Amino acid sequence: MAITTPRAYAPDAVRRVLQRKKRDVRGRTFHVGLVATLLTSVAILVILMVDVVLDSLTVWETRSLGSFLTSQLSADPAVAGIAQALYGSIVLMIFTIAIAFPLGISAAIYLEEYARDTRFTRIINANIRNLAGVPSIVYGILGLALFVKALESITGPQVHGRSVISGGFTLGLLVLPIVIITTAEALRAVPGGIREAAYGVGATQWQMIRQHVFPVAAPGILTGTILSIGRAFGEAAPLLMVGGITTFFQAGDASIVEQLQGRFSALPVLVFSWVRFPQDEFRALTAALIIVMLVVLLLINATGIYLRNRYEKDL
Amino acid sequence: MSQEREGVREMPTTETTRAAQDGGSRSGFGEQTHDRPLASRRMEVPDDKARIDDLNEHPVVIDVRDLNVFYGDFHAVKGVALQIRQNEITALIGPSGCGKSTVLRCFNRMNDLIDIARVEGEVLYHGVNLYDTAVDPIEVRRHVGMVFQKPNPFPKSIYDNISFGPRIAGYKGNMDDLVEQSLLRAALWDEVKDKLKESAYALSGGQQQRLCIARAIATNPDVVLMDEPCSALDPIATLRIEELMQELKADYTIIIVTHNMQQAARVSDRTAFFNVQVNEKGQRTGHLVEFGETGRIFTNPIEKATEDYITGRFG
Repeated sequence: MAITTPRAYAPDAVRRVLQRKKRDVRGRTFHVGLVATLLTSVAILVILMVDVVLDSLTVWETRSLGSFLTSQLSADPAVAGIAQALYGSIVLMIFTIAIAFPLGISAAIYLEEYARDTRFTRIINANIRNLAGVPSIVYGILGLALFVKALESITGPQVHGRSVISGGFTLGLLVLPIVIITTAEALRAVPGGIREAAYGVGATQWQMIRQHVFPVAAPGILTGTILSIGRAFGEAAPLLMVGGITTFFQAGDASIVEQLQGRFSALPVLVFSWVRFPQDEFRALTAALIIVMLVVLLLINATGIYLRNRYEKDL
Repeated sequence: MSQEREGVREMPTTETTRAAQDGGSRSGFGEQTHDRPLASRRMEVPDDKARIDDLNEHPVVIDVRDLNVFYGDFHAVKGVALQIRQNEITALIGPSGCGKSTVLRCFNRMNDLIDIARVEGEVLYHGVNLYDTAVDPIEVRRHVGMVFQKPNPFPKSIYDNISFGPRIAGYKGNMDDLVEQSLLRAALWDEVKDKLKESAYALSGGQQQRLCIARAIATNPDVVLMDEPCSALDPIATLRIEELMQELKADYTIIIVTHNMQQAARVSDRTAFFNVQVNEKGQRTGHLVEFGETGRIFTNPIEKATEDYITGRFG
């Protein structure tokens, strides 16, 4: 007898073994569970959307989208529109961009490219991460204390500091940590080989960052920062703190500076206000307003994706 | 294409080369020692005339004197002394962690990019210490180019990859000609001449590495450092790079780090063997074991460690 017995490879036996059905009960259960959770979250979203659209139907029956967007704020539901709030939100976003983008992107470039890895920079990094998680109402309190009270003479002497400038600065500070973190992450994702290659042919640090690292990181930076604008767009709490209003006001023929130092409204603030009105008509108006906000958010995010794709194609 | 760089090659000759002006017989350095028994070889000093002649033809470009590299408290490389000769290929070989790449990166001050790295000793480039405080590392890298282990083209067009170095160095000549010349010398022109505007990422790994070589020589450096340039390539691409190195040797001084001993034996004129010592704390300090003409290192090594390594009884 041989030491090793030859194995039998009868086709039938092989087929039996290879075609043996395994009952992977745990795997199937997990799979089904995952699908279920996904469907639940989608269902919640769909129900919310359908509910809002149905609620808003009465508005669209009597009014056009144009009249809703361009009518002034009013306590009379039949004529109330969102003109000032829409305008206010747009101006606030521009302000937020003007503050958070240059500051945030510069800070991130410094932290990632220039700062040495010391205990001090590590503390700063950890703090920025924590700041990104601070509730927005806390930024509202900061805005109230700093821009509305302390800097009243600059932000809006006529309106006790409750101005567009205060709101814009507050939102700018709110998204600043997010902009820094996403920019830093985009810079960190740039392959180290590109830096070495640039240095290797005699580039200065500036040339390396400006011509190689930044262009590669730009799509990621853009996506992150534009998403942060979406966040600022939806914030109501900090604006309520620094005095967004929802009653009628006229900014009409004031100069730019006067307008910026003047009172303001914003879409999320208006939602907060309208939803508390007793009349049923305002329920429908709120729903219509929420749809407008969702569309604007979608537009912001779509812009982000479009810009990112365009930049990535250039590489 | 090389006007502003030419000056460097004609820099004041070092004392060694000046002493070599007398000339002498044309017998090669180290050639005659091959089939002597070990004991007598160790005693032998090549006669002065041979040494002088060799220096005349291949003057010392880089003279490393008692080089020590530290990463923080960690002594990474200890007491390295060797001479790199003009228009020769010098190979740095040794087991992983022996510091050969670290030493290579001292030649263009690439170690400056690591915050905690510290270099002691002298790296004399045509008699000037590269670590002199008055020396600008950016300028050093324009004279000492580098090719990295992993092909790392910029995520730009082939043309832009080549033109970046000369452009930032203030090259005023015809850029198209320079790009063509560089690609020709890197044996890549025929493969890419019709797609210069296409992304360098579309090239194969071997082509990318030749592009990196073309990029390195586009600034017309004096010395080209290669850090395991073939380790990410297949054997055919490796062979092409090796052939290319032989051609480039006529114009440049090449220093190559390689894990592949056959490669060192095939391509290099001189070989430096590094080894690593582990101290009681588990830290690995590299040191130079033996340096000499490649034929001798591989056939009649003086040191036992070298012999063990090249015959495969080690590492």
